[in-house]
Order: sequence, then C-alpha cells, then structure tokens
Amino acid sequence: MPQLTLELERRLTTAVERMPAFPKSVQVILEMTRDINCLPRNLVGVIEKDPVMTVKILRVINSAYYGLPNKITSVGQSVVYLGINTIKNLALSFAAVGILPRFNTTGFDIQRYLLHSLSVASLARLLCEKYARSEVDPGDCYIAGLLHDFGKVVFAQFMVGEFMKALAITIDHGKPLFEAEIEVIGADHAFVGALLAKKWKFAEPLVNCIRDHHDAAAEPSAMLDCLRMADAICRKHAFGDAGNPWREEELAALPTRFGDDIEVVIATLGDLQKIVNDAQAFAQIGTEK
Amino acid sequence: MKVKMWGVRGSIPAPGPHTVRHGGNTTCIEVRTDADNLIILDAGTGIFPLAQTLLAHLPVTANIFITHTHWDHIQGLPFFVPLYIPGNTVCIHGAYDLVAMKGIEQVMDVQMQYSYFPIREAELRAGIKYETLTVGAPVVVGDATVTPVLLNHPVPNLGYRVACNGRAIFFTGDHEPLGNIYTPDDSEYANYQAIIDHRHVELDAALGQLDLLICDTAYTLAEYPAKTGWGHGTFDHAMDMAKRIGAKRLICTHHEPTRGDDELEKVFAEALSRHPQLDCEVMLAREGLEILL
Ligand SMILES: [Zn+2]
Ligand SMILES: [Zn+2]
Repeated sequence: MPQLTLELERRLTTAVERMPAFPKSVQVILEMTRDINCLPRNLVGVIEKDPVMTVKILRVINSAYYGLPNKITSVGQSVVYLGINTIKNLALSFAAVGILPRFNTTGFDIQRYLLHSLSVASLARLLCEKYARSEVDPGDCYIAGLLHDFGKVVFAQFMVGEFMKALAITIDHGKPLFEAEIEVIGADHAFVGALLAKKWKFAEPLVNCIRDHHDAAAEPSAMLDCLRMADAICRKHAFGDAGNPWREEELAALPTRFGDDIEVVIATLGDLQKIVNDAQAFAQIGTEK
Repeated sequence: MKVKMWGVRGSIPAPGPHTVRHGGNTTCIEVRTDADNLIILDAGTGIFPLAQTLLAHLPVTANIFITHTHWDHIQGLPFFVPLYIPGNTVCIHGAYDLVAMKGIEQVMDVQMQYSYFPIREAELRAGIKYETLTVGAPVVVGDATVTPVLLNHPVPNLGYRVACNGRAIFFTGDHEPLGNIYTPDDSEYANYQAIIDHRHVELDAALGQLDLLICDTAYTLAEYPAKTGWGHGTFDHAMDMAKRIGAKRLICTHHEPTRGDDELEKVFAEALSRHPQLDCEVMLAREGLEILL
C-alpha cells in the first residue's frame, strides 16, 4: 500500500478547495443564475456534469455540522437536504474561483479528462440500469464514474512535474498510467482520489470504488463492476482516455457479470452516440481550438 | 414548560392599526422550562419587548437558538439589552453557514458593523458564547434538551425540538414542505421523489410525540402556487403535518406582513374548515399568547 506523507496529504486537501471548476459549467452557471426563475433541475444538470463542482458540493454537505445519517451521494440528494438556493450559492462561490485552463504545464488535457469522466459516468449509470439495477443505485454509479479519476486532475494541478513524468512514461513505454504514477509519485490517482474522498466523508462504497478501479484483485461490487466496464468501453472506443490509452490485454480482467464479449455488451446498450455527443458538448471538445 | 409568543410576523415588522390583535413584531418565542431556564427561539424584533421584561431580574442567563439567519429572525439581536450588561450570560446557538463557511458567531458581527450599527460586537459587556450546532445533536439547557432538525428553506434552517420532563414542543422556524424539482416526464423524477419521500419520513419521525407544534404558515392554499420554492408553508401544510405526526396542539405563525387581523382570521377559518377531521387544538399565533404545558 503506497504511503503519502501527512504533509503532502494536507497540501492536496487544501489545494482542492481552491481548485477552479470547468469552463462550461462556470459559464453556464453564471448565465443561468442571472435569471431569478432559473429552473432548479437545469442547475443540477450543470453541476452534476462537473467533477470539481460535484466534489466540492458533496464535501461540504457531508461536513460534520449537518450530521446526515445517510451519506449524501448525489447532487440531487444535496438539493433535497439543503435546498436549491444553498446549492446555487455554493455553485456560484465555486464558479468565482475561476476556470481550469485547458492545458496546464503538465500537458494534461483537462477537456479530454472531462470527456472521459462524463462518458464513463453516463455509461456506468446505463450499465447499472441494465445489469445491476437491484443491487445499486444507478445515480451512485454515475457519481462513481464522474469522480473515479479525480486524482488525476489533482496531480495535474498540484504535482505538475511528477505527473508530467508519469504521463510520459505511459506514452513512451506503454505502461498503464497508474503504474507510472506509483513509480514516480509513490501513489496512483486511484489511491489519492480515494484518500481525498474518505477525508471528505464520502459514502464508503464510492471511496472503495475510486480506490479499486485499477485493482484487478479488488473485492468486486456491483458499482465497481459497472465502473470498470464503463471505463473499458470508453477507452476501447476512444471516448476520451484521460491520458491512459486502452490495451487489449485489459480484456481478460473485465468483470464477469457482463459475459465475456465486450462488443456484445456494447450492443445491448443501444446507441451510445448521444452519450458521447452530450459529453463532448459539455467538455467543449471540437468546438474550440 | 411555558411558551410565550413575542413576535409572530414574517419577513418584516408590520405595526399599525390592522395588526394590533396579532402583533407586528418579527419572530421571537420565549420558552421557560419547568425549572425556569430561559430558552429564546429566534431573535426577530419581538426579542426587544421580551428583553424589557428580563431587566427586572438580573443577572440574566439566556440561551438563544436561531433557526436561520434571515433578517426577520435575527434583527432584534443587537437590541437584546441583556447583552450590554456585565454579569449576564448569553449563549447564541445556530447553524453552520455552508456558503460563508462560518459558524453562528458571524450573526452578531455581520449586523454590528460600523456603517450599520453604532456599537461593535467586541463592546458587548455580557458573557457571550456562540455554539454552532450539529444537526440532530441535542443541547442540554438546564432541565431541557434542545435538538436541532434540518428543515427546508433558501438558507439552512434548523427547527428546534425542546423537551422537558416528558413534554415536547417543536418550532419549525421557516419551512416549506419538499417539492420535486423535476416534472413527471423527466427520467430523474422518480428517483428524486424517492429521496423526498424518505426525507419526509425522517422529518415526521423527528417531530413525533409533540405537545405543541409551532409552524410556519405564511401562505394560504390559493397563494402557494405563486410562492412555491420561497421556503414557506401554508396553513393546510401545517394542519396536514400536525395530523400526520399526531401533535396535540398547533400554533400557526410567520404571518404575512401585508395580512391584517381580519384577513388573517378569515383565511385561518377557511383552512380550518378544510380540515374538519383535525383532532388537535389549532391557534393563530399572536403577540402575548401564552401556553402552559
Ligand atoms: Zn422568516
Ligand atoms: Zn427565512
């Protein structure tokens, strides 16, 4: 098990508080909230497409003062508990921090990361609806997909030199990104993402899912299965790979509940183009240079 | 326990000939426990006349519980005279502000700034404590316990359950029953409704076994469609809730500032006539109303 120093852990946690959100959500939220009659569901629809906003909302609402007995796992649930006006003002305060630049000095493409996270999130929800409806809430699978690679943005923002090196190793040597991260940083994005999620008191299944999403030997769960399958489909079909290209040998390690042919699974999901188009529209890929 | 209403108006004070019977001060409720400990629920302008009565018996020990920090629930606080007298002890309890990321200690500071008030918070002479509450965690005040329950309003609003020797009252502060943000043809509708239903069960459980429910009834049934999402309930909501949770008595409060006494009594009577099966005593809040439990 990798170890982060306490100092590094503290640095990453406080850094995330100052992390800006994605350009599209910031822009849309500022626009929408100028109208006093802006529809709550539209606002929720924007917030829950932005991993940074979602992380920040869940972090705040799970804070000890609100002592909520059942962990809040979605933006919609946060609205039920805190009301739309509080969620709106939280989102505005996050929007005021600024926006994530498309590329930072690591060369990590933040829009491709967002495209990947959004596609995995929507696919994980869809897979859950088709294959695991009775075991886990599809909305929770969506959040797992949206946040599974959150550790990467944290690395890209706050461990620039190290993350750049890890990305280069993955490209040059065809090594999975998480292995390259462990080699360079001492911990991978899954570990760091889970560590932060745990610190913010996110629901335990979500924390475990983030932690285990690259661990073939991890205890399986319905949520983890949906997440891993969604991740594989997205990367195999290049719906954004977040710096970690697909490798054919990953096929063997896919969860068994979906059968043994990934293409058959994809066929059962119907037309995925809408999911990809929605994600692209939000990540703004292809709409700007 | 003894409960006395000192302010029953919502939003803004409404003095004048049309409100003499029910009163124009904003929200403030005095609760005396069996052992005469003083609990004050909200600090609207009604806290000023209450403060006058306290000066006869110094020193004052008061626990003020703020439901939420909208003006009509805090604007009397700088005029709570015991705060200026050495030897008094005042503890102000309230919710954590998620957006400002500050505890209830900001409630005085914010109001007592140079441009808005002549005295600074630091100049108050009583012993003042601020307690930022954890939802669901009871606070002991002498022989009573006060438990904050998170309700629904545009800013986090804590309803308070005050229990003393087997009797219990609950004050909602400002509260609107939860509504679905989706329409039935949205795919998210059912899921969101399930969370709401679960939440209503949780809330009803927290409000069980009440001798007295004091509830926000700002609107009438007819007004509500135009005011949905504003964070207040109706007379009918409150009566339905009282019936559901089996409360023994219901006091309707947070009267609209534009609603004069005659109109208030009329809309109240109409709501009552829609709830003939209600087997609990229902009253309109008015300044000076006292209930002994
Ligand atoms: Zn109010
Ligand atoms: Zn209010």
